Amino acid sequence: MARLSINGTMREVEVEPDTPLLWVIREQVGLTGTKYGCGIAQCGACTVHIDGVATRSCSMPVSAITEEQKIVTIEGLSPDLSHPIQKAWLELDVPQCGYCQSGQIMAAAALLQATPKPTDEQIASEMTNICRCGTYNRIKAAIKHASANMG
Amino acid sequence: MSIATELSRRNFLKTSAAAAGGLALGFHVPFTPQAVAQTETPEINAWVMIKPDDTVVVRIARVEMGQGTLTGLAQLVAEELECDWAKVTTEYPTPGQNVARSRVWGNFQTAGSRGIRDSHEYVRKGGAAARMMLVQAAANEWHVEPSACTVAKGVITHAASGRSTTFGKVANAASKLQTPNDIPLKDAKSWTIAGKPLKRLDTPDKINGKLVYAIDVQFPGMLNAALKNCPVFGGKIKSFDAAKVEQMPGVKKVVQVADTGVAVIADTWWRAKTALDALPIEWDNGPNGSVQSADIAAAQKEGLTATEAFLGNRNGDARAELASAARRVEAVYGVPHQHHVTMEPMNATVRWTPDKCEVWTSTQNAESALATAAQASGLPTDKNEVFRHHLGGGFGRRSTSHDFVRYAVLIARQMPGTPVKTIWSREEDMTHGWYHPTTQCRMVGGFDANGELTALHMRISGQSILATVNPNALQNGRDAATFQGLNPQGPEGQFGYTIPNLLIDHAMRNPHVPPGFWRGVNNNQNAIYLESFIDELAHSAKQDPLEFRRKLMANHPKHLAVLNAVAEKVGWGTPPAPGVFRGLAQHMGYGSYVAACAEVSVSDAGVLKIHRIVGATDCGHAVNPQQIEAQVEGSFVYGLTAMLYGDITVKDGRVEQENFDTYQMMRMDEMPVVESIIIPSGGFWGGVGEPTICVAAPAVLNAIFAATGKRIRQMPLSKADLRKA
Ligand code: FES
Ligand code: FES
Repeated sequence: MARLSINGTMREVEVEPDTPLLWVIREQVGLTGTKYGCGIAQCGACTVHIDGVATRSCSMPVSAITEEQKIVTIEGLSPDLSHPIQKAWLELDVPQCGYCQSGQIMAAAALLQATPKPTDEQIASEMTNICRCGTYNRIKAAIKHASANMG
Repeated sequence: MSIATELSRRNFLKTSAAAAGGLALGFHVPFTPQAVAQTETPEINAWVMIKPDDTVVVRIARVEMGQGTLTGLAQLVAEELECDWAKVTTEYPTPGQNVARSRVWGNFQTAGSRGIRDSHEYVRKGGAAARMMLVQAAANEWHVEPSACTVAKGVITHAASGRSTTFGKVANAASKLQTPNDIPLKDAKSWTIAGKPLKRLDTPDKINGKLVYAIDVQFPGMLNAALKNCPVFGGKIKSFDAAKVEQMPGVKKVVQVADTGVAVIADTWWRAKTALDALPIEWDNGPNGSVQSADIAAAQKEGLTATEAFLGNRNGDARAELASAARRVEAVYGVPHQHHVTMEPMNATVRWTPDKCEVWTSTQNAESALATAAQASGLPTDKNEVFRHHLGGGFGRRSTSHDFVRYAVLIARQMPGTPVKTIWSREEDMTHGWYHPTTQCRMVGGFDANGELTALHMRISGQSILATVNPNALQNGRDAATFQGLNPQGPEGQFGYTIPNLLIDHAMRNPHVPPGFWRGVNNNQNAIYLESFIDELAHSAKQDPLEFRRKLMANHPKHLAVLNAVAEKVGWGTPPAPGVFRGLAQHMGYGSYVAACAEVSVSDAGVLKIHRIVGATDCGHAVNPQQIEAQVEGSFVYGLTAMLYGDITVKDGRVEQENFDTYQMMRMDEMPVVESIIIPSGGFWGGVGEPTICVAAPAVLNAIFAATGKRIRQMPLSKADLRKA
């Protein structure tokens, strides 16, 4: 059994300790906004925040997480699309198929948290998530837009 | 669109074929009183429903997979309907409803960049007919002529008497009226919704985690299955030892799937996958277990000079002219297999009972999904239904084959009454694809004594898609699709050069690896071969590549216009920044004319940087310019990823690459600035989701030659040494 704080709610889940956090979030907790893309920490579709740090949840066993650590998923980012990153995504119509976008948004939100005014180079080196639809330029523009709006 | 609404819609709208068929129109807008009785929302016609609060529900037959078709189609309907765009919502009809209603929504297939260009006329008529009926209903109520009424943003006004009403108020009455016979459409010049860069309708749910993709479907009591098929195409399953894993956590059942695979069904997918990975399996690799990539390449190589080949395009006598040419230039190119890599892996959820089979999935063609479900379920077609979700990527994978539906149904049949979601792991997905075909190409050009290009022979050797996927479409064995963009004429893709002696032919060499339609399809390598070689010819003739093309393109003004547009925008002829070099490419595909100019630099260590690509598209009509720009950017990523990394290789009959660690994707740090020029010259409807893919790679390859003097002819680039020659 594991106790996990997800989006501000304490959850108790019956799982094997080596179960990746991704599948606990999707299957036991039922929050499906966090996506499976590769399972080997390559694509970033499964990105969540653990204590504010962007983490690829497919490669993080639940046993490695304590109940004091705060997990935030895309569903917990804001209740109403009001996070600056979401606003920028909406403004620039970033998503195409959208499947990678939960992960992109979580990665971008963590980036701006740590580096509120990132350069193009910082954005390109930090944002390593795969987007097969090729929305990279819009993602970059939206991060800069959000950064500017955050003042 | 939630599952709940899809479920609640399950029995709605059973309209008789007679009602639909009774209308002598090029399309059907049936009068459906039965339907109205069963739903709270009046259906004006198959395309439009209007709720009492004026919410407009536009039915979308084609599917959204990222390309923006959902929004574009809704724009076209809303334009004619004259409704308030802010009140527009959408929903997918099911293929079962389409069958029951005599295919009132037409074709569901979403491929070949056809989502809009194939259906714009009848969906616009659907919107226009609905508007006419709504106005008629208001006019009837007021006892005035409909022609005396005006309509704007969902409000109908009779100016003479100062009365007005809304669509929502008259929808019920309108739904009982006859469909008009004569349905005039607006001139595109007067569009206010279509043709505008409106925001996508599907964005909000894609940025808060709410959108339910097929892989996210959940039902009470649902089980999950993980699947393994024989890793060698054409192989079978010999045996597996279920007892070894049956006691593992969550495992419910281990089942054989057809004669090729095995699946573990468990309470969660992670447990199913964990048990499947532990399951001892023996495969019968079949006849292909010793095929290697080198064997496939050797067969293609032999085809490059084989005497027998299928004809694609010919004028004059290229062979004779080349034999006597004052100067010949020759080169061999090659493109390996590529995988689609939709970000959402293959999956489907199925509930099977002895009298009903329901499927929730991501498909580019729900009608094919339905047919596949019916075959696999053992139930008549009308006992099957497919519920559609937005796709986490399609790229042709989800139209080429519905194997993911078939296997999911075969698995769920072994758990009657229980919904079972089958997800392919990324590894299973990547090793069981329908791959972009592999080909080589031998190009030979001939100049006369005056230095004029007088002959070209383009010999493609390699895999045909249709020979495997749709052999009925072959013409005496010839796969016409091989010649995409190389045909002498036709609205889909015309060869853009006039060369007095021309021969383009195909020696078909089919390996055992299944081929598929892969975004852009055969345009992709055809443009690499042709546009790289035209560049080679220009350089060998010591001519500027733009001027060299212009001379050959005088009879193809639309091809030339997009090429000129990129050249002008990039400033061809003026020097680029120090260390930066340019390359050009043009092509016609999916009815659109496209061109690109790339700017690259290559470091002394041979590291490529693509700085900028300017792309131009003439797609005739532009339904949503902002979405077209997004498609151009995305298509460049698709084309450049293939050029840089795409390389599926075969060892002992099986695909070697299993995941993103060995099959790389382009990421943000490699992304160039993209500038797109849209030239909607009018008069035709070209596609936008695919055509520009194919010009990205040759433009970059030509720029690399300009930078290094190296001509890269075998993809992918990651295997080439780019240090200066
Ligand atoms: S699913 Fe976790 S990085 Fe790809
Ligand atoms: S939007 Fe489709 S993968 Fe990124």
